[in-house]
Amino acid sequence: MEKMPKWADVVLIPLISLILAAILSALVILAIGENPIEAVKLMVTGALGSTYGWGYTLYYATNFMFTGLAVAVAFHARLFNIGGEGQAMLGGLGVAMVCLYIPWPHWSIALLAACAGSMLFGAAWAAIPAYLQAKRGSHIVITTIMFNFIAAAFLNYVLVNLMRPPGAQDPSSARFPEAVHLPTFQSMFSTAENVVFKGTPVNITFFIAVLACFVVWALIWRTRLGYEIRSYGKTETGAVYAGISPVRITIIAMLISGALAGLMAINNVMGEAERLVLNATEGAGFIGIAVALMGRSHPFGVFLAAILFGFLYQGGAELAFWTSIPRELIVVIQALVILFTGALDNMVRMPLEKLFLSLRKGAQ
Amino acid sequence: MEFFITFIQVLDSTIRLATPLLLACLAGLYSERAGIFDIGLEGKMLMAAFFSAAVAAVTGSVWLGLLAGIASSLVLSGLHGLASITFRGNQLISGVAINFLAAGMTVLVAQSWFEQGGRTPSLFGGGRFTPINFPFAESLSVVPIIGPIYSELLSGHSILVYVAFLMVPATWWILYRTRFGLRLRAVGENPAAVDTAGVSVVGLRYAAVAICGVLCGIAGAYLATALQAGFVKDMTAGRGFIALAALIFAKWRPWHAMGACLLFGLLQAIALRFQNIDLGGVVIPVQAMDALPYVLTVVILAGFVGKAVPPRAGGEPYVKER
Repeated sequence: MEKMPKWADVVLIPLISLILAAILSALVILAIGENPIEAVKLMVTGALGSTYGWGYTLYYATNFMFTGLAVAVAFHARLFNIGGEGQAMLGGLGVAMVCLYIPWPHWSIALLAACAGSMLFGAAWAAIPAYLQAKRGSHIVITTIMFNFIAAAFLNYVLVNLMRPPGAQDPSSARFPEAVHLPTFQSMFSTAENVVFKGTPVNITFFIAVLACFVVWALIWRTRLGYEIRSYGKTETGAVYAGISPVRITIIAMLISGALAGLMAINNVMGEAERLVLNATEGAGFIGIAVALMGRSHPFGVFLAAILFGFLYQGGAELAFWTSIPRELIVVIQALVILFTGALDNMVRMPLEKLFLSLRKGAQ
Repeated sequence: MEFFITFIQVLDSTIRLATPLLLACLAGLYSERAGIFDIGLEGKMLMAAFFSAAVAAVTGSVWLGLLAGIASSLVLSGLHGLASITFRGNQLISGVAINFLAAGMTVLVAQSWFEQGGRTPSLFGGGRFTPINFPFAESLSVVPIIGPIYSELLSGHSILVYVAFLMVPATWWILYRTRFGLRLRAVGENPAAVDTAGVSVVGLRYAAVAICGVLCGIAGAYLATALQAGFVKDMTAGRGFIALAALIFAKWRPWHAMGACLLFGLLQAIALRFQNIDLGGVVIPVQAMDALPYVLTVVILAGFVGKAVPPRAGGEPYVKER
């Protein structure tokens, strides 16, 4: 017998966790001597009150959709891919190589090639931890953490020693040619008299992220592979008994996860920076963890959670601009969301389950 | 002779850099030997670094700073215990949350208290741990070979360095020669057996997590009040993860942990001093030295060079049968 109705599991628990995280964040803001209600007002107007705000909110959300989906796919196979950060960094390298070393006639073809390049590099970076987990039993969490650091050192080397144009000071690649610049929302939705999304980095990649949500949903719930991934994640012994190979599922799930994380690079590297810089990912790989937990590993949940975190990021930047609250407030909120929706899940769940059980007893 | 002096200086800096790694590594050892995975070492160190520097800056007493650092690290330990022992949550996710919590809170509070862009004021005088000079260090330094080793390498570190290295035999003795240590190791391998023997699994695990908090607290305080003079944003810079790597490298054993931490400390010291190393035509880039601890850990984890087997009940919440 189910202890709770499904809607409580899908909607109520994340909502309560979010409210708990919000209350604690408000207390933190109070403790550093600022007004939480004013702060929320500033964040809402800054992130959602104009197309400028939305432009940044959706840009961040695009990043988080990719990394959130990456973590979510791995979660379905009960793998914790903490290496989204490193995979997204390598994805950036793939995008940079596609954009810099091949002359493209049009951005649309370049975008397809960049998608392939970023997914290939992201998946490749996830492949070694995946193989080690599947074949040698090395814990995926530890290996992917290590691979984040190795990726950072590797990219540092590539940018400083190989990709930096002669004479340039800062460690970054050359600018991408004009032909591979992606259309931004500003160029797509503005009319002559009404310029919207002015100067914001949100670009066509947003739609690719939404498409990725659909594709992942179809993959997980509508294909044989998705079924195998889910059943392996639910019970390993049951899956083995049904003839599902743990080695195969572990490697495939991690490759998909790495490819999704790598795909983020078409947004931040090709769409925004238009060159490869150090630390281009800015922690988006880790925010994917919070997004996947908050979204209950469902693509639609990931979509909503990514928008929420995009709002928090843009709102946080506005807060830092107008008040003395530093941007790190967002990191605290992110930590609280991970804590309540992930680690302290049972703290919210157990009393609710008791409540629903007693309600049901009362009804009988 | 000049080569020898350089050699001693690099080793001296190895000891300084290995100390926070060693303290954090031993912290992780207690926790993971009791079956609680802890990837939040980084966060606990960072929190302790901030609060030790902040309290030392305000009160002028480094000892009060140390206490504050340990206390703040213990709070995070308590949170980790609550999530992973009491509420049987995912220990890895809890660790991730703790790392972010520390990264955010330290800057937030630092900005609110000191308004210096997320750092504490520089520490001086009684706000820092000062080097301890061994007797006759000054006069013996002229003796060839032994002189520099005694006065440069062994003498002249802060007390926390000696504490860290004394913790190694102490940890060995506690784990392998006391009743508490036997139970602690047992609870990480087979908690049900410990429960059957009438010993509290929850109590033991909380004790292990608390020891972990104290050691991480000392490690953080060392970073901010001894190695450097004050807190700066993200000053742990991945040391908690290197300590985690060292722990795996050492296969969860105290003496080997010291070896691993000294090795990783040496790599940091070499990277700090030489940048790119030219070995007769082949240049080893500094980034390779940065990545080496992580690469070595992956190789060890892969089991190609010896196999690292974690405590068997690690990461699994214990559910008492009813």
